[in-house]
Amino acid sequence: MSDSYDNAPLAARMTEHVPHAHALGMTLISVGEGRGSMRVEWREDLVGDPDTGVIASGVVTALIDHTCGLAINAAFATPAPIATLDLRIDYLRPAAPRAGVTCEAFGYKTTRSIGFVRAEAWDVDRGDLIATAQAAFMLNPRG
Amino acid sequence: MDDAAIQSLDAFLQRVPYVRFLGMRVEMAGDEMTAVLPFSPPLIGNPTLPALHGGVIGAFLEMTALAQLALAQPARRVPKTIDITIEYLRPARAVETYARATLRKVGRRIANVQVEAWQESHAQPVAGLTGHFLLRGDR
Repeated sequence: MSDSYDNAPLAARMTEHVPHAHALGMTLISVGEGRGSMRVEWREDLVGDPDTGVIASGVVTALIDHTCGLAINAAFATPAPIATLDLRIDYLRPAAPRAGVTCEAFGYKTTRSIGFVRAEAWDVDRGDLIATAQAAFMLNPRG
Repeated sequence: MDDAAIQSLDAFLQRVPYVRFLGMRVEMAGDEMTAVLPFSPPLIGNPTLPALHGGVIGAFLEMTALAQLALAQPARRVPKTIDITIEYLRPARAVETYARATLRKVGRRIANVQVEAWQESHAQPVAGLTGHFLLRGDR
């Protein structure tokens, strides 16, 4: 599995080759230089509040972490290992009941060893965010 | 720790579909709660190492904070997460993970909670979380 993971195209490497991304049903919406966008559809087993049917904030956390990783990976021509140093998420409001979540992440600065990323997540309307995030990644952590 | 608080915590965890999706549970030793996340293949984020997904670790830490708050305040509604900062210290290997939460401040409306996660050795934590949580449903 690891060989196919390392050599797969970026889109596949961020979705079906990552067991947890696959388990959440993450799909890649778009990818560009230093940026990317991914989505998780609403599912009964991903609900965090059974009274309202709102998707769990943990799912949003995983989607944001993953999309930030995509943005960093998309900044480089060849795949390089990365490791999250920290991730700060502000939950602006709960997602709408039975709504999926889309995340867009943008790498705004990379140095030789560190990448800095910002991300936004929304449920229905790109202009009405449910969460914003900022993360720092170590590039080539074992190099 | 009274039985009512533990039962209320149990009820809180059992009702959340996402808690079952992660496969996490809590264990009590006296009044000390430890959250346990057994390893399962769908939790993997890096198949090369292999390591758990960073989002899994973040979600596990956040759910641990919410469980600790549910234990401390059994009668109240489930708090809402306002913000979290996750610090990743080491790769989380494909083994069982544990977490404990400290309520640093529980005010009238806001709680500040710190959580630490570890695997084989508590002295070598894999990640930490600090978060603010809204205690009332009036946001």
